[in-house]
Amino acid sequence: MSDSVFYKTFDRHAHGQGLKGHATHYCPGCGHGLVHKFLAEAIDELGIQNRTVAISPVGCSVFMYYYLDVGNTQAAHGRAPAVAIGHKVANPESIVISYQGDGDLASIGLAEIVSAAQLGIPLSVVFVNNAIYGMTGGQMAPTTLMEMKTSTSPWGRDRLTGQPMKMAELIAQLDGSVYVERVALYDAKQRTRAKKAIRKALQMQVENRGFAFVEVLSECPTHLKLTPQEAENWVRDQMVPIFPLGVKKELEAEPWFHMNKPNFDPQTLLQQIEAAAEASERFSPGFPAHLHPEDISLKLAGSGGDGAQTAAMLITRAAINEGFDSTHIPSYGPESRGGTSYADVHVAKTEVLSPASPNPHVLIAFNAPSLAKFGPAVQRGGAVIYDSSVISEPPKLDASVKMYGVPFTQIALDLGKLLVKNIVALGALQAATNIFPAETFLTAIRSALAHKCSLIPLNEEAFKWGQKAVTDVNGR
Amino acid sequence: MEQTQAKTRERPKPFVLPEYCKGCGRCIEACPKHCIQLGTEINPESGLVPIIIDLAICNGCGLCYMACPEPYGLEKALVELMPDVEELDRHAYFGDAKPERPQPQPIPDTVVPLPKMEPLVTKGSYASAIGALLAGCRHFFGYPITPSTEGAELMAKLLPKLDGVFLQAVSEVATVNLMYGCGGAGLPCMTFTSSPGFSLMLEGVSYMIGAELPGVFVNVMRGGPGLGNIGPEQADIKLACRGLGHGNTHAVTLAPSSPQEMLDLTMLSFELTFKYRNPVIILADGYLGQMTGRVTLPDHMIKPGIPEWAVYGDEMHRGNLICSIQLSEPDLELHNLHLNKKYQQMIANEQRADLYYCEDAEILIVAANTPSRMAKGAVQQLREQGVRAGLFRPVTLWPFPVDYLRPLLNQVERIIVVEASNGQLEDELRLALSHAEAPNLPRIEHVRHFGGVLPQQQEIIDKVASREMLMA
Repeated sequence: MSDSVFYKTFDRHAHGQGLKGHATHYCPGCGHGLVHKFLAEAIDELGIQNRTVAISPVGCSVFMYYYLDVGNTQAAHGRAPAVAIGHKVANPESIVISYQGDGDLASIGLAEIVSAAQLGIPLSVVFVNNAIYGMTGGQMAPTTLMEMKTSTSPWGRDRLTGQPMKMAELIAQLDGSVYVERVALYDAKQRTRAKKAIRKALQMQVENRGFAFVEVLSECPTHLKLTPQEAENWVRDQMVPIFPLGVKKELEAEPWFHMNKPNFDPQTLLQQIEAAAEASERFSPGFPAHLHPEDISLKLAGSGGDGAQTAAMLITRAAINEGFDSTHIPSYGPESRGGTSYADVHVAKTEVLSPASPNPHVLIAFNAPSLAKFGPAVQRGGAVIYDSSVISEPPKLDASVKMYGVPFTQIALDLGKLLVKNIVALGALQAATNIFPAETFLTAIRSALAHKCSLIPLNEEAFKWGQKAVTDVNGR
Repeated sequence: MEQTQAKTRERPKPFVLPEYCKGCGRCIEACPKHCIQLGTEINPESGLVPIIIDLAICNGCGLCYMACPEPYGLEKALVELMPDVEELDRHAYFGDAKPERPQPQPIPDTVVPLPKMEPLVTKGSYASAIGALLAGCRHFFGYPITPSTEGAELMAKLLPKLDGVFLQAVSEVATVNLMYGCGGAGLPCMTFTSSPGFSLMLEGVSYMIGAELPGVFVNVMRGGPGLGNIGPEQADIKLACRGLGHGNTHAVTLAPSSPQEMLDLTMLSFELTFKYRNPVIILADGYLGQMTGRVTLPDHMIKPGIPEWAVYGDEMHRGNLICSIQLSEPDLELHNLHLNKKYQQMIANEQRADLYYCEDAEILIVAANTPSRMAKGAVQQLREQGVRAGLFRPVTLWPFPVDYLRPLLNQVERIIVVEASNGQLEDELRLALSHAEAPNLPRIEHVRHFGGVLPQQQEIIDKVASREMLMA
């Protein structure tokens, strides 16, 4: 017995007992055994046995892993191309074969095969088309011919049950495929071509050229209810006219696929996640207990695009830089711009417990509906800072709540950039509440703009004008 | 002419091992010299009628061999070396069953120390992604879905800089199968998804559990059923704890409650997913994914190895198989018993809970994820009022940390389950208590919300007060 890519004994086939140790599970005359054989020979000829991973599908060839002495993975129905890509990107040196039948590839797995072929990562797909579901017992396949009777098209396939799916032509149209051929097994000449095509599909992967696809028209004598010889003739006479043989696509693709080994250098990782070794300077004399002894809650509310979330994020960053705990939860409407946008922020001496702010100590309102909605929920003795450019008549709130009307929008427009109105609001927040020193906010703003340094002066200006608007009125 | 004859004589010629010939006759049609015909005798071993070959006019063209669908149906040998198939010792002919190849050895993970860094200020989804990177994950597969997408976006940004792989799949169905392949190759991989996407992945999760594959699923739960909304909910607890696809499935299910835990528990997930060769589920909620907070980095990161069972695509791992199919009933039962043993180990070793003011608690509030934060606030407020309330926060939803709960049952008079679902956390609690055969069960009450509305601190306090007043 010569060396072969087939296991010497099929251990996984009924534990290798009896005849099953050296015979396949396929019916007499089934084409799968031939395709396995051509694969085994090609793997051997290309010297890639050790790095080959074969994906067995669901269908009659589900047990391909009984036979091929390579790395084996058995996939869910239709998903072999996704599983194959998972293997390929895990180890780009591996040669991954996705082996699928017609129900698997052309029906339940259409999304996976089409996207894999469009993606074009080098894989070798062997598609065995026998026009029928074999394993489940002769049901109609996506490739079943018109008028063909199956157990789920007992009166013959008609327009209501679909038309045969021509996968090789479809795959050839996709950008990632570099080699697509349809072959058959019905005579010695076709078998020679089939073997060559399978070898070529592997070769394209070995050379990192791209996605290769071989459709093999195959015989299922059992469910065609024909002898093996009649089944061969049937494929030749009935299938080939519908599924024409030949090369559908062959590109002179240059080798392109290359992946570096993943990087596990700690410094690179820390740099990428923007972790800092040095603490930012602290300016706060202590926790702003004048607002609450343990946990201050704020709400920022406006329309999407007002910058409420960015302002909230800056408060959280500022608080954490000062050594306090802080959280920020955004709540958006479905639109990115123009919808509602609320942010709940907590600043706690040691630990934020509940991060929601249903009854904030401080409310920053960017528009009238936000003020109307959340104003009444502000805690007694709390503060409301609102955009007086757009809210001319603020609602009457509890007398203990301090109201600060600051023209966020007007100041921002005067500075020439509407976008900075949230920074104006932060300046106003600082002046109105003294939650942190100004320098705490400015440090957080500068650090957030570290990649857009040119914007720092404008933002600092906006912050100062916001502060000034409050102090001018309140004489601080 | 003589030369040709010599050549012909040197070619190997076919012989048939009759028990492995299924008599399909493909070789008969293939032989141009008509050397082969169907036999007349049924082979007693196979019950089929094998072919017979007359080598007298065979020129060794090999076409019959190429037509035979069986790996060992037709064999080839030089005529002078051709065995007598009747006498041939099959065992000696095929050799030992086990192919000779190196026994796969595990390549262990490397722990790489990290310098002390300042805490990050980042949102929960980002913290989880960073946790994955620190745990050695360099392969991400996913499909965009709100409110989990930020995690995927950060991976898309960072992984190319770390020579890793970010692959946006065609669907969640493809995502889980990409993970099946990558996890099958023995590498750490993950996805971020949200409830509808998680539903779609469950078939694949069942396959991964069956095939014993690692993979981390971060499900940032949103409002359902159906398309629902993108607000926070906790209504996938039943999926993660009781419904991971078809069949006998379980997976450690972790419920973080802060951005810090999003990082810490993601790192832990990668450890557990390889420890048990089983997927791990992180159930976050929409608020937690979006919540920005302080996140302290660990003192180490992981450079992953390759486990011995992987199908990596190299010589050492060539003999391995990843599959979930077991055709024989006794084999599949054995496999399930093996899985059960792993589940029992998870139950014994992986229960985790956070207990806040529980030592003397008479009223136990049970909550996970973001609602546990509101509950924590409520407990603090209740304690200030002199009410003996405590928070029992399951960090593992499966296995439910009943071992930490049991000792409290003697003192606890009321349990109030606070959750953003229709009692899915309460069901886990009740089931765990039922299995624990705990005597003197306290009264179990609840505060529930749906659709993106979360239970608030005040209504938890009101709930506690309602009965306190009733008792007074």
